[in-house]
Amino acid sequence: MNLQFLVDGLLTGSIIGLGAIGVTLTYSILRFSNFAHGEFISWGAYATLFTSGILGWALGGAVPAIGPFSFGWTLLVAAVFAMALTGLLALGLDYVLFRHLRRRANAITAVMASFGASMALRSLLEFFFTSSPTYFSKKLQIAKQLGLGIRATPDQMVLIGLTAALVLSIHLLLTRTQTGRSMRAVSENPDLARVAGIDVARIVNITWMIGGALACAAGIMVGLLVQIRPYMGFDLLLPLFAAAILGGIGSVPGALIGGLIVGIAEAVAVQTVGAEWRAAIAFLLLIVVLIVRPSGLFGVRS
Amino acid sequence: MSAPQAENQPILAVTDLVSGYDPGVPIVRGASMTVAPGEIVVILGPNGAGKSTFIKSIAGLVPKQSGSVRLEGREIAALPAHRLVHEGLAFVPQTENVFGQMSVEDNLRLAAGILPKAERAPQLDKMYGMFADLARQRHLSAGRLSGGQRQMVAVARALMVSPRVVMLDEPSAGLSPKLVEQVFVNLAGIRKAGVTIVLVEQNARAALAIADRAYILAEGRNAHEGGAADLWNDPAIAALYLGGGKLRSKEVPA
Repeated sequence: MNLQFLVDGLLTGSIIGLGAIGVTLTYSILRFSNFAHGEFISWGAYATLFTSGILGWALGGAVPAIGPFSFGWTLLVAAVFAMALTGLLALGLDYVLFRHLRRRANAITAVMASFGASMALRSLLEFFFTSSPTYFSKKLQIAKQLGLGIRATPDQMVLIGLTAALVLSIHLLLTRTQTGRSMRAVSENPDLARVAGIDVARIVNITWMIGGALACAAGIMVGLLVQIRPYMGFDLLLPLFAAAILGGIGSVPGALIGGLIVGIAEAVAVQTVGAEWRAAIAFLLLIVVLIVRPSGLFGVRS
Repeated sequence: MSAPQAENQPILAVTDLVSGYDPGVPIVRGASMTVAPGEIVVILGPNGAGKSTFIKSIAGLVPKQSGSVRLEGREIAALPAHRLVHEGLAFVPQTENVFGQMSVEDNLRLAAGILPKAERAPQLDKMYGMFADLARQRHLSAGRLSGGQRQMVAVARALMVSPRVVMLDEPSAGLSPKLVEQVFVNLAGIRKAGVTIVLVEQNARAALAIADRAYILAEGRNAHEGGAADLWNDPAIAALYLGGGKLRSKEVPA
């Protein structure tokens, strides 16, 4: 068997994992499934495209690519900017929509509202950017032979590295800092967290910012590796939830590992069974895990 | 209503508090309480009297509809729950009062978040000095501790920030008689360290034994108040509110 599925799976898995971290954090801290999370991925990608476009225009033409990669430094600057922007988008959506529902309505109302927000955000993208796909760069990348029949482009390799760095920093934030402890506290028991002096509203805001920024990073990866289109995030939504549930809701390492499992399983399915089974495999896995271990791989709640 | 506190300005004064989850249905309907510095005050009453709601609304967890809460003279009724601990008022809930998925140490460090950085480590050491059991189990998940030890974590968590007043909601709930005794010995020790204590209790005997004064609530209002020993010895009150026959003895608490 060709080992190429490892690279493909690792890449898809990183994308799903980055998105699933946001889903799992929102679920555990705000207690609802945000179906608009996929849109943060799309908006993140378009925000990056738009910002790097403006940067390029302001500098009078495209900036040359860095070394062997398909992108120049303007994309990196735009990525950081767009991550902040997507975080603010998530925060803004909470401010105009979810915040009010949290106070008055039950969880299902918030979930339905997130469906509506998802449609609205997606339609806005189609309105502004049309539904035809676009790309960060049309430059073709040559995959390098890495041995054992595995090939990867320079972009693919650096993105796997960047994902690892991002996830590690989120993990350290959650486990080593006061903000992270506060996030875990709010997730476990909001009332006790308030009694312990934690400003829950502030923690909720931080959670949205982190979720939005990571979704943006996932969107940039999709944009670099595949293409940018308004449905890019929505199409990832179900794998995101599969990964978050697989890893155990609330667990950040769980979401990433869940993402990698889904990604690699998809890649194996494409290589062995056929590409049309790609989506089915995530759910097959999910069903098996939920039967064997209903709280997910790293879940603590029953 | 104000209790005779001629020599001391009250550290905590609650006046005509009305509170409840639903604005139309108050559970506490105009209850008052004054607490002098260094006192242990216990709130007793029959089930459904609103004792828990009373203390939770002072702690900011149940919405207040009207009334005043003053801590050392400052009005704090409008402050959100997370600000009260900055003001020096700590609260230990009855159930789920530790973060079970976090280590004992993370529980305490979390509470230390509002302290200046330089004070956090010394304060942690102080708590481990006070509760030696916790020092040994600092890396265990708090959820894996026994009920008595969890109660210790909850109290230590509240004391981390050196509050002026600690309020506890039924600290003896669900504990064995021997542990109940230990909890009340601990509370007496905490008072010696200069912390004022307000507690809601079902266990009137154990609570009155360490308390200075008691308030008895019924139907969300003050029904009786007085010195712990006086209430203990009043057969009418004992029969009505303190669990009937078993407290009718003339035994005076130590």
